[in-house]
Amino acid sequence: MKIVVCVKHVPDATADRTFTEDGTTDRASVDSLLSELDEYAVEQALRIAESGSDVQVSYLTVGPDDAKDALRKALAMGGDSALHVADEDIEGSDVFATSLVLARAIERHGFDLVLCGMASTDGGSAVVPALLAERLGVPAVTHIEELTVEDGTVTGRREGDSATERVQGTLPAVVSVTDRSGDARYPSFKGIMAAKKKPLETLGLADLGIDAGQVGRTAARSAVDTATRRPPRTKGELVSDDGTGGVGLAAFLTAKKFA
Amino acid sequence: MAEILVLVDHTAGVVRKPTLELLTLARRLGEPTAVLLGPGADTATEVLGRFGAHKVYLVDAPEVEEFLVTPAVDALAQIAEGTAPAAILLPSGPDGKEIAARLALRLGSGLVTDAVDITVGADGRPVTEQSAFAATYRVTAQITRGTPVITVKPNAVAPEPSPVTPELEKRDITFGPVSTAVRVLSRTPRERGDRPELTEADIVVSGGRGVNGAENFALIERVADTLGAAVGASRAAVDAGWYPHSHQVGQTGTQVSPQLYLAAGISGAIQHRAGMQTSKTIVAVNKDADAPIFELADYGVVGDLFQVLPQLAEEIERRRS
Ligand SMILES: Cc1cc2nc3c(=O)[nH]c(=O)nc-3n(C[C@H](O)[C@H](O)[C@H](O)COP(=O)(O)OP(=O)(O)OC[C@H]3O[C@@H](n4cnc5c(N)ncnc54)[C@H](O)[C@@H]3O)c2cc1C
Ligand SMILES: Nc1ncnc2c1ncn2[C@@H]1O[C@H](COP(=O)(O)O)[C@@H](O)[C@H]1O
Repeated sequence: MKIVVCVKHVPDATADRTFTEDGTTDRASVDSLLSELDEYAVEQALRIAESGSDVQVSYLTVGPDDAKDALRKALAMGGDSALHVADEDIEGSDVFATSLVLARAIERHGFDLVLCGMASTDGGSAVVPALLAERLGVPAVTHIEELTVEDGTVTGRREGDSATERVQGTLPAVVSVTDRSGDARYPSFKGIMAAKKKPLETLGLADLGIDAGQVGRTAARSAVDTATRRPPRTKGELVSDDGTGGVGLAAFLTAKKFA
Repeated sequence: MAEILVLVDHTAGVVRKPTLELLTLARRLGEPTAVLLGPGADTATEVLGRFGAHKVYLVDAPEVEEFLVTPAVDALAQIAEGTAPAAILLPSGPDGKEIAARLALRLGSGLVTDAVDITVGADGRPVTEQSAFAATYRVTAQITRGTPVITVKPNAVAPEPSPVTPELEKRDITFGPVSTAVRVLSRTPRERGDRPELTEADIVVSGGRGVNGAENFALIERVADTLGAAVGASRAAVDAGWYPHSHQVGQTGTQVSPQLYLAAGISGAIQHRAGMQTSKTIVAVNKDADAPIFELADYGVVGDLFQVLPQLAEEIERRRS
């Protein structure tokens, strides 16, 4: 079985993230890392590989040069090989263009199962897995917090909009997993060393038969008008509890007409 | 006037508040029409009409309940083909976003997810507002291709009635093979309980690791009940098994934007802030004066929540009586 895990290299969520003047994420001013939510997808792939025989795990990322770091981190956790799609023309792509590039790379590589995180921690739209499924013409089993893959089927528990669901689809499929699907492992020292020797292939748009006009800012289906920083919340009154902290808080809430 | 399609979020015809918000926003852009999937038209139609839906498209096919998400995409795509709406609005949950994305791809349209407001641009097309980077940024955008498809977060606007008598139109949909590929084996609706829903509540009272045990969440519930609030929890509290995940506030939980957010025993990690930073008023109780949550708080009490919260509840009750 061939598993492709889509992993994204994102600006560190705990740093002060900003937009550039043209309204795209500023990647230069903060460190980037493997999106924490994608580590859960890596973990699920490795668990499937460990419980079955003849399972190949490959990682795929679309992003600038340093996105390789995300692939190396994933390879250090385990798995077999990695694919990096990088091309100047991809810069400024929206989710439609990103999903096109991912889908073509997945088709080229071949797959039985595509695993994704529930959302990227920068854009965070949580729609790329569904777009991938739509483009690949396969079922999408999304937002899974308990995953079983066996006998050509995927079964999972899903926290939907208003209900908890048990859902089942057949392979090939795209699956996205949540941060409740099982804690992700840390790369071991041995894993980090081994990762350096695992194959990592870099592809451009031409390798995937995609024209520059199909991706990037020109192909984007929406345009940012303004990106403005919210004024920081002004720090309010801070009182130390001297035994009347609850009474003071009640007075504040009453004055604000909440109580 | 151009039609604005609104996908109805409901269970057996009981319409959720975010749908009424969508109808209210839709009226800024054109004439709202509602798409109702599954049974419950008898119950739903009156409410949808009261909030301005001129027409209700009914798709009562078993597929929409038996299979995951995609039957809704077929339904909306086929309805949109015949009606050429000026925009399509959906609720911003996991399901709504997935439907919206696939629909936009099929229609060749642009997509905006998690809008917190929609206004009308100079050319009459929608301008959306979103929050970014844990709500430290406000981003306005326009969809430049096709029929704008927009998912909207709860509490974007206060629902305003605008009564009309909706016309009912039953629609038959052809479901594609991929639409019937993921079967829903079982569906357990989340218990609604007596408290307001997290996304809809005007006040949210949340507890974190400082609450120190499932049994102590009774204290959070008590404060919530004196304020008529919903109960929230940090991921630390949820991971510890003290409160259900459906109450988690934050990046991977629910994002709330109430009038008042009370955080007790929560440090204020960036992933938690991502889910509550846009609340109008924030108050916090934490025994660590350096906890980052205090940077956001309009009023903070540095103290032990086991002292402060019972006193708070008693004082509110005393002031009332
Ligand atoms: C990818 C990812 C996604 C995440 N998503 C979310 C999310 O959706 N929601 C979320 O909440 N977190 C999320 N987190 C986790 C987040 O980073 C924090 O770990 C979490 O929010 C911490 O919860 P906490 O504030 O309750 O616990 P802590 O950070 O441990 O803080 C507990 C606080 O309680 C105070 N305290 C202790 N005892 C008392 C007392 N008796 N009285 C008063 N105060 C007391 C302490 O001073 C401390 O400030 C995510 C993390 C990652 C990596
Ligand atoms: N540029 C990318 N490269 C690889 N995977 C991606 C990329 N963008 C999104 N994904 C995958 O899609 C998931 C959801 O992303 P998003 O829809 O952007 O929130 C992520 O968790 C990844 O698994």
